[in-house]
Amino acid sequence: MNEFLEHGLNQNRRKFLSKLSLGIGGLALGSLMVPSIFDAKNEDDLFNNILPHFAPKAKRVIYLFQNGAPSQLDLFDYKPMLQKMHGEDLPASIRNGQRLTGMTASQTKFPLAGTRFNFTQNKNTGAYFSETIPHIASISDDLCIIRSLYTEAINHDPALTFFQTGAQVGNRPSMGSWISYGLGSENKNLPAFTVLLSKGRGNGQGVYSKLWSNGFLDSIHQGVQFSSGEEPVKYLSNPEFIDRDDKRKMLDEIADLNQQSYKEIGDPEIVTKIQQYELAYRMQMEVPEVTSLQNEPESIIKMYGPDCLLPGTYAANCLLARKLSESGVRFVQLYHQGWDGHNNLPNELIGQCKDVDQPSAALIKDLKQRGLLDETLVIWGGEFGRTNYCQGPLTKDNYGRDHHPRCFTIWMAGGGVKPGVYGETDDFGYNINSLPVHVHDFHATVMHLMGVDHEKFTFKHLGRRYRLTDVSGNVVKEIIS
Amino acid sequence: MRLIQNKKTSVVLLILIALITLSIYYFATENRKLEKPVSYNKDIRPLLSDRCFTCHGPDINKMKAGLRLDMPTSAFAELPKNKGHYAIVPGSPEKSELIKRIESTDPNIVMPQPESHLSKLTVAEIKIFKRWIKEGAKYEKHWAFVSPQKSSLPKIDNGKWVKNEIDYFIAEKMEEKGLSPNEQAKKENLIKRVYIDLNGLPPTYEELQYWTKNNNENWYTQLIDQVMKKPAYGEKMSLLWLDLARYSDSYGYQDDNIRTQWPWRDWVINAFNRNIHYDEFLRQQIAGDLMPNSNKETILATAFFRNHKYTEEGGVIEEEYRVTNNIDKTRTYGKAILGVTIECAQCHDHKYDPFSAKDYYQLYAFFNISKEKGYEGDVSVSTPAKTPKLYINMEDRKNILAYLNTKDTSRIEVSVMGDTNRPTYILSRGRYDAPDKEVKPAALASIMYFDTLKYPRNRLGLANWTVNKKNPLTARVFVNFIWQDIFGKGLVKTSSDFGLQGELPSHPELLDWLAVDFMDHQWDIKYLVKKLITSATYTQSSNINKDHLQKDPENNYYARSPRIRLKAELIRDWILSTSGLLNKNIGGPSVKPYQPKGVWESTTSGRGQLANYKQDHGEDLYRRGMYTFIKLTAPPPSMMLFDASNRDQCEAKRSNTNTPLQALAMLNDPTVLEASRVLAQKLSGENLSLDEKIQKAFELILIRKPTSSEKSKITTYFKNQEIYLNANKLLVQKTLAVGEYKNGQKSKNELEAAALMKTCMLLYNLEETITKS
Repeated sequence: MNEFLEHGLNQNRRKFLSKLSLGIGGLALGSLMVPSIFDAKNEDDLFNNILPHFAPKAKRVIYLFQNGAPSQLDLFDYKPMLQKMHGEDLPASIRNGQRLTGMTASQTKFPLAGTRFNFTQNKNTGAYFSETIPHIASISDDLCIIRSLYTEAINHDPALTFFQTGAQVGNRPSMGSWISYGLGSENKNLPAFTVLLSKGRGNGQGVYSKLWSNGFLDSIHQGVQFSSGEEPVKYLSNPEFIDRDDKRKMLDEIADLNQQSYKEIGDPEIVTKIQQYELAYRMQMEVPEVTSLQNEPESIIKMYGPDCLLPGTYAANCLLARKLSESGVRFVQLYHQGWDGHNNLPNELIGQCKDVDQPSAALIKDLKQRGLLDETLVIWGGEFGRTNYCQGPLTKDNYGRDHHPRCFTIWMAGGGVKPGVYGETDDFGYNINSLPVHVHDFHATVMHLMGVDHEKFTFKHLGRRYRLTDVSGNVVKEIIS
Repeated sequence: MRLIQNKKTSVVLLILIALITLSIYYFATENRKLEKPVSYNKDIRPLLSDRCFTCHGPDINKMKAGLRLDMPTSAFAELPKNKGHYAIVPGSPEKSELIKRIESTDPNIVMPQPESHLSKLTVAEIKIFKRWIKEGAKYEKHWAFVSPQKSSLPKIDNGKWVKNEIDYFIAEKMEEKGLSPNEQAKKENLIKRVYIDLNGLPPTYEELQYWTKNNNENWYTQLIDQVMKKPAYGEKMSLLWLDLARYSDSYGYQDDNIRTQWPWRDWVINAFNRNIHYDEFLRQQIAGDLMPNSNKETILATAFFRNHKYTEEGGVIEEEYRVTNNIDKTRTYGKAILGVTIECAQCHDHKYDPFSAKDYYQLYAFFNISKEKGYEGDVSVSTPAKTPKLYINMEDRKNILAYLNTKDTSRIEVSVMGDTNRPTYILSRGRYDAPDKEVKPAALASIMYFDTLKYPRNRLGLANWTVNKKNPLTARVFVNFIWQDIFGKGLVKTSSDFGLQGELPSHPELLDWLAVDFMDHQWDIKYLVKKLITSATYTQSSNINKDHLQKDPENNYYARSPRIRLKAELIRDWILSTSGLLNKNIGGPSVKPYQPKGVWESTTSGRGQLANYKQDHGEDLYRRGMYTFIKLTAPPPSMMLFDASNRDQCEAKRSNTNTPLQALAMLNDPTVLEASRVLAQKLSGENLSLDEKIQKAFELILIRKPTSSEKSKITTYFKNQEIYLNANKLLVQKTLAVGEYKNGQKSKNELEAAALMKTCMLLYNLEETITKS
């Protein structure tokens, strides 16, 4: 028997399981060796639901979150009508009394703003791409584009929180934490859920560590922030006066003394502590290997663009995401700030796209050439959309757009999704005409692709069974290949 | 012969009679054990609540088939959708539709319905249901909603073990389980425990020597009294309350600018140190502005409710956030003070607890009448507090608020409570823009009647209702929090949910006894804490044997004292204090010690005063963990790694993990490295032999003497380090250069100091160091 499992049996079953970095799914294997682990009836609902619930299409997720809300109308959702009616007031019949943010609520007019950019169409799928994202357009045959996403929140914090945790407020577990808890890590030296942060040149909105919080799950499932560069994980590096051999000697001594105290005291937590120090030592080896981008071949550097060698850029994070995912990290969550174009949107958008377009596409191509795209789900999108009418002064070439939760576009690739276009908005890009996808539906679908039934995957906390999708959500079957 | 025969017969007869008697007695006792009547609260309600109430519980909007199983009137009535049938027929399980349904294997008939994803009842659970119905299907009011009563102390076998009333209740259950308590803990362990639980700091070397040598028979109570008197007591006790009150130093949300709530934090520390009794402690925090003898200090107490996040995002809808903030206050009041989660009733009648949406909004109304605005402008016009504000000037700080500790002489402003007139409506589906019927402020009637002749319909009325001794929850919940703080988990493990879905208490009579005793002693917090730590339950050893692991791995029966890793803040305190670096100042604005690069910078929007982390220097680097600046969107990583609350919301219980990232922090955090260096240099300069230096380092850090084997191992490590460093002299300077702290003079023996530094680092990294054992 695996010593970790054996040690675990010393402890309470439930406590042990909730602490396990393998996740519950990882234990399914263990249970073959230790059937008694699952003997207890009704211990927890999870015992009746060994994960995954069915064969997964995707083993790993890379979520490229575009924080601040990119304008769907200037990137994917081409609306010639807006160009035709540029400057005219949004018809009341279209707006239909929907609420506005405090930023435009006092505007007396809502002049429509047609996109300044030219669009091209992929003839196979019908998808449109603006000229600002040529690289993404070049991989359009691989993309599943959902133009009919909608959310309930109208401000950044609640909308982001909703996307990441399934609730607008509250300290709930992040999507990555749920996946870590359910499926665990494929690599015992790396966490199951990692987070990468970067900033663009546009108007930024900040991110919050609660977005990758474990909520009520054990804190081993919280997202671990990674970066390329000197200190890829906090506290990872030895101080300059301690090298690896010297550290080894200290760890041996610590283990020896802890072992002695275990003999005296008998607390299994001491054994866990010894193991965690060992794991820390292995992480110190493995993490820099994974996060070092120096040894990537010239062709890869070219593919992601020269920025990928600058730690903390979106390009570097995309490349790092590929490496982490390839090493078995279950859920890699990127956040890229700067999409909040309340004014001067076209110019800010160009800047954002310069940072984001090439590396996003490179990631898909790179995964594909490694044969990993089929089992890796890549998601690209923000927390809501932007309005079809202008915020602030409108000129021929310049405009701003406010928050618009009623429709926006995200795309996915790989991991069992069907390339194509799903959903349609009206000619004004204001309302959804067909096939709406709610945030809960989106979550349900991602879970489904990972082999998880979102209705069954619950965690009981303070008397209530919680799940990522709260009490609703339907899998969008049509986009699954 | 006959006689003998007779004798034989009579012997046989006697034996037979004895056997029969014995077996009757045996079966009778067995039966008695088996036939202990099924308890609705203990056995049935948890099952009903877990599997049935979703559709057949208090939420009438979700009720199916017109059946409610939480009330006997409905459960015993003819089924509206199934005439001639009854869900429950008391005394007749075979006639009860409920039994048919839970036993059925037909997916169209079985309950819970398969699509609910609620698991089917097990054979044993069905049996319990049948017996309960057979015994008359007696319903009981939820235990936690009935006022606690002091029951008489249980009779136990091991009378010698007990030290106070607590132990009777603990011993009773332990004996039932066939467990026996551990022997008394070693003196040095007790000293460490008491210092941790009452001060969150280690004893000084001198204190340790003093108490170790003190052989007075009352040494232990003397120790408690002494340690309880120290001002660090208030700091330690506040940790729990700061989590519940979601205290932070920033507003949260996207720009997350700085705010000034720390004077409230200092009020809490001071209140614990003055030992303000719990009823008054609550009354001031709930309604300090409305009390007849209200003053700036009592108004400051109400900042408790204003610690929630506050948006400064441009373009938000003011009313949406005013509502959000009041929902937060309502939740905090519910979880932290009453131990109930009522937020479900924000959108619909509660599914498990007897709280309707109307009950919820009546409670919410107490906070909704606040003068507060939902939005006062974006970060460019940010202020340290939001309306209503308390202004504290120099005059106040010389008098009533003298304990506020800041060098800044300008006026301080703090967000506090203050009422206006504002109607409250039930918000349908919890939406701020969907007001329905108007409601008036009132407390939760299913817990205790809110008598409007006695209680005004404002927070003062709520406060007095809360601390009325008949309130079934207030005392129980607090007593349970203190138990949790000291024993690692509550008697009710779900310490912020005493409702129907919460866990049942492991020792219900003990919980009630403690709650009543606490109120009988005028809600005296120090009395309560002392009661707990003078029990035999607390003072026994924490060693774990096979019997423990087999019979009680989770230590629900306390046959051993718990071993608990220190809270995040206390790990820092331990390291700073043992090394002599700790700055013991109490209170004041929070500080910014060492922190890994980029934590604030990588998440910030770039706006506001907290975009960049400006680390402090000098004395401010060495404050206690509780004074580390909490920026909500990027809380201090060293705290988060060790399971501290992120303070986003009221949090009643921290998890307790053991992870590799913690190991990395202990090995590489400059705080640990610097403390090791400073302690090593100090020891190296003392007029002691090497042996004594190592011994002293060990005692300072682990609060006990090393065993001879430990000492020889550590000495060997030291000597090897000395050889290694001697061969790599460049490392000596580097080792002694870690951290900003400047020693007065240069170490005389730098090689020794450097090797000692590594030795101290080793000691800080032992499991026992940061564990209450």
